Amino acid sequence: MAKPTKATLLDWYRQIVLIREFETECDRLYKEKKITGVYLHLYSGHEATGVGAVAALEPRDHVITAYRDHGIALARGVDANACMAEMMGKKTGTSGGKGGSMHLASREHNFWGGYAIVGGHLPLAAGIALEAQYNATGAVVLCFTGDGSTNNGYFHEALNLSAVWNLPVVWVIENNLVGMGTRIEDASGQPELHKRAVAYGMKDMGRVDGQDVIAVHQAVSEAVAYARSSGPVLIESMTYRYKGHGVSDRTFDKRMQEELMEWIEKRDPITILRRHLEESYKDVAGELDKIEREVERVVAEAVVFALNSPDPTYEDLISNVYVEE
Amino acid sequence: MAEKNLPMREALRLALREEMLRDDRVFVMGQEVGEWQGTHRVTRGLLEEFGKKRVRDTPISEMAIAGSAVGAAMAGLRPVAEIMTINFAFLALDAIVNHAAKIHYMFDGQFRVPVVFRAASGWGNQATATHSHTPEPIFAHFPGLYVGCPATPSDAKGMLKASIRSENPVLFTESIALYSKPGPVPDDEDFVLPIGRADVKREGRHVTLVTYARGVEWSLEAAEALAKEGVECEVIDMRWLRPLDMATVFESFKKTNRCVVVEESLPMYSFGSEIAARLQDEMFDYMDAPVKRVTAMDVPLPYARDIELMALPDTQKVIDAVRAIV
Repeated sequence: MAKPTKATLLDWYRQIVLIREFETECDRLYKEKKITGVYLHLYSGHEATGVGAVAALEPRDHVITAYRDHGIALARGVDANACMAEMMGKKTGTSGGKGGSMHLASREHNFWGGYAIVGGHLPLAAGIALEAQYNATGAVVLCFTGDGSTNNGYFHEALNLSAVWNLPVVWVIENNLVGMGTRIEDASGQPELHKRAVAYGMKDMGRVDGQDVIAVHQAVSEAVAYARSSGPVLIESMTYRYKGHGVSDRTFDKRMQEELMEWIEKRDPITILRRHLEESYKDVAGELDKIEREVERVVAEAVVFALNSPDPTYEDLISNVYVEE
Repeated sequence: MAEKNLPMREALRLALREEMLRDDRVFVMGQEVGEWQGTHRVTRGLLEEFGKKRVRDTPISEMAIAGSAVGAAMAGLRPVAEIMTINFAFLALDAIVNHAAKIHYMFDGQFRVPVVFRAASGWGNQATATHSHTPEPIFAHFPGLYVGCPATPSDAKGMLKASIRSENPVLFTESIALYSKPGPVPDDEDFVLPIGRADVKREGRHVTLVTYARGVEWSLEAAEALAKEGVECEVIDMRWLRPLDMATVFESFKKTNRCVVVEESLPMYSFGSEIAARLQDEMFDYMDAPVKRVTAMDVPLPYARDIELMALPDTQKVIDAVRAIV
């Protein structure tokens, strides 16, 4: 596979920094009670996994994820304004203010949503892939799921079904080592989660360094090619969450502070990519700084857009319960 | 319109076959729907006619059957997912309730979920506590889902076709005890009944019997017996628990001023509770007697034949309930 170009790397850098800035702003807005929904699960720390994986797709391909979905939406190109408006429950949000942080989606981007029942979106991914196979569209489904989801029935049933029907799905486990608070080794008999593939007779693509966007992109590109030609594949991306399970998670900071600091210092996705760029291209620092300033402006504008957007009305409350027919 | 005399299972198969011929997006999936020819033989012959792409055997994976059907529907297909019996739908409850029913709303109309979940329902032959459920009202609790429960072969055909053609998700239950009972079925591929419309199966002026699915048979038999005593019952087959056609119930109640609700399900938080609540709320001035309910007894269903039947509604219990308020 060809090495990513400088332009591509700069675009990934922009996306990763955008997600980080967006999430940092969400955290602040939550504390200021501008974002009032109880659940807010930030993607900070996971950025390289989402950006690298989504970059391996074509526009016709499909993306679906769990509730830690802001970064996936942004990586897929969903408008930051609409994402931020959804955080604030505004009519201009991706889901009209009816879905909230955990339920971003954009049909036009083939981003099928964030889903908040752990594992619940996994069979949906299989079904979307079934349509691709049924109509021979050539599309694949990229399905993100957390390590915690690998122990409920949805995971087993959906992955097995995808293997039995040979569906074009790339299953990406974002392994951030902990459920809400229970560590993976206390939750999984086999903590190397990619090995589950063996049980389903599915292609096992092993583990990838989820903090290195280039490595993730490389692995998921291979997986996408495999899924498009041959069937389902499982990848485990090793990552870490910087802001706990959700922003209200205070135990995390205390219990895992040391581990967190180590990940931030040694394995931060922004630092890793920035170092790579600076080592590869002389004088790129100025471009990177410019990207960071541009991203800050985009997020600041998104906040203003969201704050100034109208609230949903009674008409919105009662609309789209059913398709009118 | 030309008619054929068919048992309900044949009427259902006709509906499936006609819709599969009409629309390439329609396919069936579920446990034993293909090679086995369907646990209740509703899908018999479809594999041979339509092939494995459109008649899809699945693993015993209710969560994945329901959830993948939701995903396929969102993506533009028209899955008819068979849940072998409604008892197993509890395993799929999350996919049906949290996803099929809510996705259209939760993403503010971006996605549609035109899926049909078919499930055999009801007791009989000492199937015991875990295999004798009629939990349709549980599903009807949730906005976003339609719930259809036919009582006759003709309705079964017209309602299933309507469900498959609908842009909304439908839970469609089929009474096991009715599968083999024959009745006239329109021989017309465009015989499609409107969703959410009740049907007055018998007219009468003294008491309104509100029922659905198997309760229709008991109610009609009770009405026949009571007519000999001079009590004329109007039998309303609701056909759909959601949307619930209360207008037809109210119209009848204005005439009869009395109501007995007849259902196969359990009494607490039930279909009968809902009908009674709506009547007292909106028809209070027309009410001449308490609304009576005929339901299964509030116990898990036992194995032994005599006490199993003791726990269940039947024609005599309907007659007794009517007599209590006339």
